[in-house]
This record gives sequence, C-alpha cells and structure tokens, in this order.
Amino acid sequence: MMQAINSQVHGGPVVRTRGLEKHFGQGPGLVRALDGVDLEVARGETVAVMGPSGCGKSTLLHLLGGLERPSAGEVWLEGRRIDRLSERSLARLRRHAVGFVFQAFHLMEELTAVENVELPALLAGRSPRAARRRAMELLDQVGLTDRAEHLPSALSGGERQRVAIARALSNEPLVVFADEPTGNLDSGATRDVLRLLDRLRAGGQTLVIVTHDSRIAATADRLVSMRDGVFVEETKLTHGTSRHLGELAGLEG
Amino acid sequence: MPEAVAAPSREPSHGYQLRVVQEVLLALLAKEPSHGYQLRARLQLALGPLAEVLNAGHVYVTLNRLEKAGLVTSERVGQADRPDRKVYELTAAGRERVMDWLADTSWPKPAPAEFHLKLVAAAAAGLGDPVRIVDAQRHELLEGLGAVQRAALAEPEGSVAGLLLEGVVLRLQADLRWLEACAQHWTSKKGR
Repeated sequence: MMQAINSQVHGGPVVRTRGLEKHFGQGPGLVRALDGVDLEVARGETVAVMGPSGCGKSTLLHLLGGLERPSAGEVWLEGRRIDRLSERSLARLRRHAVGFVFQAFHLMEELTAVENVELPALLAGRSPRAARRRAMELLDQVGLTDRAEHLPSALSGGERQRVAIARALSNEPLVVFADEPTGNLDSGATRDVLRLLDRLRAGGQTLVIVTHDSRIAATADRLVSMRDGVFVEETKLTHGTSRHLGELAGLEG
Repeated sequence: MPEAVAAPSREPSHGYQLRVVQEVLLALLAKEPSHGYQLRARLQLALGPLAEVLNAGHVYVTLNRLEKAGLVTSERVGQADRPDRKVYELTAAGRERVMDWLADTSWPKPAPAEFHLKLVAAAAAGLGDPVRIVDAQRHELLEGLGAVQRAALAEPEGSVAGLLLEGVVLRLQADLRWLEACAQHWTSKKGR
C-alpha cells in the first residue's frame, strides 16, 4: 500500500531531505556540490531555489527527482525514501510521481506537441485514447490548442516551454521540478510561463523551481538561497498587500 | 525645528502624489481644453492599478494652482442636468513649461548610493551585519516584485499601464541583482 505513491494522500511534506550530500571527483579534486542540505516542501507549496551558477541548485533538483543518487543523506517523496530504490523502481517513480521542466525544453523533436504531451501518460500505461484526451486538456490549459499538431521546431521558445510544462503535468505528479524554466526565454515568453506557473501554484500544484530569475522567485511561497552547496538563507513571501506599488513606481507618499 | 532632525514622514492613507502631476496635466491639455474629471480619467488609464493609490482630490487642487500660476485659464461651462464644470485651457506660458519638461533628461534618483553607505557604515561601526541588512532588503524587494508582477500579469495584452509595471519589474530585477553582488561582497569580507 505504501508503494502506491501518487494515489494516496500523505500528511507530511511531499519532499523531504536530510543531510543531503553529493560529491563529484575524489581526493584533492573532490567537489562537494551539495554539502548537507535539509529541505521540506509542503503539499501545494512553491519553493524557489536561487544562487549563483555552480552553487549546487541543479544537482539538488536532480537528486530530489531521482535523476541522480546522493553521496550521503536521504531523499523522501510523499513519506517514502527514494534514494535507495532500485533503478527500476526509480524509473517508475520518475514516470508516475514527478514532472520535470528544463531550461532547454527537452522535447522530442520528431513528435508533435500533443504527442510530446501524451507520451508520459502512454509510458505510464494509459490507453492511447485517454492519453490523447488528457494531452489535449493540458494543451488547452497552457493555451496551445491550436498548436497541437505542430512539431517543436515550428514553435517559439515560449510555446515549447509551455508544451514542456503540459507534458510535466501529464501524470498529475506529486511535484513538478523546474530547472531554469525561463532561462532561454525572452520577456514576452517569460511572462506567459510566469502566468502559467502562478496559475499552477494557485491550483495547489507542489513546485520546486531552481532559478536565476527573480521574477520567478517573487511568485514563490518560499525562497531558499544556496551558496557552495549549502542553504544560506531562507525567506517566506506573503503575497500580501500592494502597499508599496505606488512607491515602487516612483509615486511619492 | 531644524529640518535635518525630522525623519521622513509617510502618510500613505492620504494617498500618493505624482511629483510631475503639474507637467502631466499641462501636457494633457496641450491638444485641447478639458475638464478635471476627464483629465483624472486619462491619468487613471495611464497608471492602471497604480491609480488607486493616487489622492483623488490632487488633480483638482493642482489645476487650481496651475491657474493661479497663469499656466492655464478656466471657463465655467453650464450643463443641463448637473452643476457647471470648469474647462481648462493651456496658456502660452503653460505650453512652454510642457516643452521644457519633455526636453528635460533628468532621471529619478536611484537607490544605490544611500543603501551602499548604509552597508559600509554598518560594517564600519560594527553595529549590524551587512549581509543581514542585504537579506532584509532583498525580502522587501521580492515582496514588491511579486506584487508588481501580479498586477502586471493581470493587465490585458498591450495595456499602457502594463508598460509602466514592466518598467517597475525591470528596475526591481536590476536592484535585486545588485543586492546579490552586495551579499557576495560582504559575505567574503566576513570570512576574513
């Protein structure tokens, strides 16, 4: 029963790590990409991880999503420890329980938008008909119904990223991990992706976003700053009042 | 009381003012005469969600001032079912003031110098950790960025007020990037 990872509601944090470490190389060349990270992400929470290049934030995301294994420490997903799962179980978990969004989109270039979006559902064993229906719903949510039959090469960067986000949502993941989702986008496309992420947040989707982009960080519930493989600062954002709006725009009190 | 002693007072409940409201109103009158209500509506359109914080009576007070200064003249125009309204017209002096304003390249003062000196002073005096000050400031700016961004995303495509909000977003982003540099500098100082 504990195995039914995405069908059962679990009371604790969706994501939890303890003493997470990841080392690359060895001896004098040893790099501690992560050096003891404790993180908890509650259900429905959006956490942004910021920090300079090479601070370990992408490595963290890879460990959380089961793309890599830690050198030490624990990773828990929905109350289940995942860092020691077999390759087979881990692959299953990546297909069913988590969604990924990458800076470079990582779409299959030979598949159309809708085929890209339905692929995770097909791999998870849904019927072609159900998978297609779900994919069309998701494309509608990201405002790309009219692009369903286009190949990625015929889409703009912003459209590709929206397809990638739709794909990440295909199996109703417990959590979506996004690595610099606006890193390759111009300001108009960034706006579309921001709007979409904000809508996901409002809809209760749990999100962990690694980013350089302060616009994304500002829409998160919680912001964690990393430096040299450790968390150095953490701040909760209230999304409260617009008391400073006028002041920020140069109106005088 | 000596002026230097008084801390800056803020009374947001009285609404915000636009430093350049005189010039803006004059410019809006440059094309054709208009009345206070219409001018206010145009200002609201340009400011979008920011107009809500503007002091409602400010436009009327300013128009009175402009008239006393000889930059506009006014004429009472009767209305069938409502009280008379005042229609304002730009004078030659008013037009000159508008042209001067449009040609002026001075830029609103940026925040860095003050904040930079605060960090240097805090470190020198040993009164506070500059990195903590940076973190607190970053939190404030991020809250602000979030609020402005939500307002920006709510604007329809091509909205003129959206352009203003975009400008605020870009400035805050630049400020946040600079705060990151401040954090790195003062963190490395601490390690020594």
